[in-house]
Amino acid sequence: MRTAPPGGEDLSPQLSEAGARRLRRSVVLATATVALVPLFITSFLNHLQYRRAIRAEAVQPISRITLNTKRSLELFLAERRSALNFIVNDRSFEELCNRNALARAITNMNRSMAVGAFVDLGIVDSNGDQLCYSGPYQLEGRNYADQDWFREVARRGTYTSDVFLGFRNVPHFVIASRHDHPNGFYVLRATIDAEMLSEQLLTAGLESSDDVFLVNRQGILQSPSRRYGAVLTPIPLAVPPYAPGVEVTERQDDRGKTVFVGSAFIDNSPFVLMLIKPASQAMGRWLSLRNELIGFTALSAVLILAVILWGSGQFVNSMREASRRRAALMHHMEYSNKLASLGRLAAGVAHEINNPLAIINEKAGLARDLVSLEPDFPRRQKFLDLIDSILRSVDRCKTITHRLLGFARHMDVRNEPIDLGSLLREVLGFLEKEAEYRNLDLKLEVDPGLPTIVSDRGQLQQVFLNILNNAFAAVKDGGRIEIRAELSGPKRVRVAIADNGIGIPPEHLPRIFEPFFTTKEGVGTGLGLSITYGIVKKLGGDIEVASTVGVGTQFTVVLPVGQEVSQ
Amino acid sequence: MTSPFRVLFVDDEEELVSAVTERLELRGIEAAGCLSGRDALERLAAERFDFVVLDVKMPGLGGLDVIRLIHENYPGVKVVLLTGHSSVEDAEAGLRLGAVAYLQKPVDLDALLDVLRTAQD
Repeated sequence: MRTAPPGGEDLSPQLSEAGARRLRRSVVLATATVALVPLFITSFLNHLQYRRAIRAEAVQPISRITLNTKRSLELFLAERRSALNFIVNDRSFEELCNRNALARAITNMNRSMAVGAFVDLGIVDSNGDQLCYSGPYQLEGRNYADQDWFREVARRGTYTSDVFLGFRNVPHFVIASRHDHPNGFYVLRATIDAEMLSEQLLTAGLESSDDVFLVNRQGILQSPSRRYGAVLTPIPLAVPPYAPGVEVTERQDDRGKTVFVGSAFIDNSPFVLMLIKPASQAMGRWLSLRNELIGFTALSAVLILAVILWGSGQFVNSMREASRRRAALMHHMEYSNKLASLGRLAAGVAHEINNPLAIINEKAGLARDLVSLEPDFPRRQKFLDLIDSILRSVDRCKTITHRLLGFARHMDVRNEPIDLGSLLREVLGFLEKEAEYRNLDLKLEVDPGLPTIVSDRGQLQQVFLNILNNAFAAVKDGGRIEIRAELSGPKRVRVAIADNGIGIPPEHLPRIFEPFFTTKEGVGTGLGLSITYGIVKKLGGDIEVASTVGVGTQFTVVLPVGQEVSQ
Repeated sequence: MTSPFRVLFVDDEEELVSAVTERLELRGIEAAGCLSGRDALERLAAERFDFVVLDVKMPGLGGLDVIRLIHENYPGVKVVLLTGHSSVEDAEAGLRLGAVAYLQKPVDLDALLDVLRTAQD
């Protein structure tokens, strides 16, 4: 419903759509970097710290159980070695070579020890021959010279063997000690069932998915394993290198799962204790905390991004709005300058034409006078008619030059006596050609008692021209525009301009006088009616609008009469 | 027929001056014409006129300067201003300087005579 001032529309200096997109992208990128990078770094560091703390917490029970089991096993083996030493020290070689005596010794030891002790006992001479044997197997007279354990005990003095099958073909291990004898040495050899080892493995504090077992240095199971099978089966994990205490490492098992492995070397034995705990179980708390951390970080990032996107949108929109306003203002200034130049040009042309026009007027007048005074002038009436025609044309030219001069005066700001009727006719004069072409029904009704008002002629012309331009834009060809000027109270006059055009939607009505409000994006600057409003207010008047969509619009301008001017 | 008053018409357009003075003469009014402000002042020094009808915009001595000089030297002479430029400032300045009326070009001769007759009264 609004129109911009006539003239070219070039809002190019304003921020373009692509420019706005680029600006928004930069803003989003910069703010997101500043906000999200520290968030991610903090989250990552928290992640590492929490993981380290929880890992330490998870490792601690593994380490404790492994250590306790190691001690328990070492105690078990030490007890058996002490028992063998006691037998040797308590009996002579000859007594030991008595089968019954050995049987008694086994019975006594097994009775005195809380945990079952020995399966059998044997005395082996320095040639490896078993001189005496007491136990459930038929092993007397066997020669052990080729057996590893025999060679080791001969070399070391005391030896605990790996678990092996031996002649009896049952998994067992040997504790043997070498003792001096006038004929060389003899060895007291005791065997212990491999199952005894399993019974020494502490299981308190272990979960069903945990696995604790013994291996030798070659990685052969010395006790059954939940994961890796029966005794004497090789395990797929590497045996850790020797360390005096307990070691807990994190590694991948044969199924590719991460496990914690607690390991300890059992002193004075070939056994290596291993405790396997799946990391998923040991770090169960960590996994839920990690999910919370990731969730929190992701949520924070999403929130930050949402705020950044919203904020950057607002920022860029404000920038675009400011840019649009600046462009509109520049355009308005350009338009004003153009109008001022046009005004000066019009004034110059009018002035220059007025002089020859005055001469034509006077010469024609003189000719008329001369013909009138000469009753016998040949074809007198014809001449008088011709002269009148010239004078009428001069009058028309006079009207045009006065209109141009009136337009030129738009540029000046000053109060002067104004006949509103003439002023409105003058403004309509600018539009009468368009009205004619479009077959518009223009009606001007001026109250005969309307006083001359004191106001700014140029500014008032702009006010009515703007409103009429809007009315012209609103009506269809053949439409109707009515202008009524009348008194409105003792010191005020009212000019109502009504059209039967498309009307203004009710939601736009409260905003149409706002600067930059336009319903014609890219066409109007949205300044026409705001300028009109500003001028009317400056002149001490009021402007109102009433409109119904599809019925029409009426602008009402009320102006003060100002200083009374005698007519 | 005795002329009711004597009029000196001053304008830089010779054609206009000759036409207006002749038309005034035809109506029984003694009229003379000048093409510049300086000529007008010289003519006033030589002859008596009741009215000087003066163009505001003239080369050399402008209409407003001429009014001032007329009022200083010939206080009895009434001045009517003519202008091709409908400037209110010019009109107001002229009226402040003592002009009796202000008319826009092209002027209607009968309107001018009305002004002169009114001013004479």
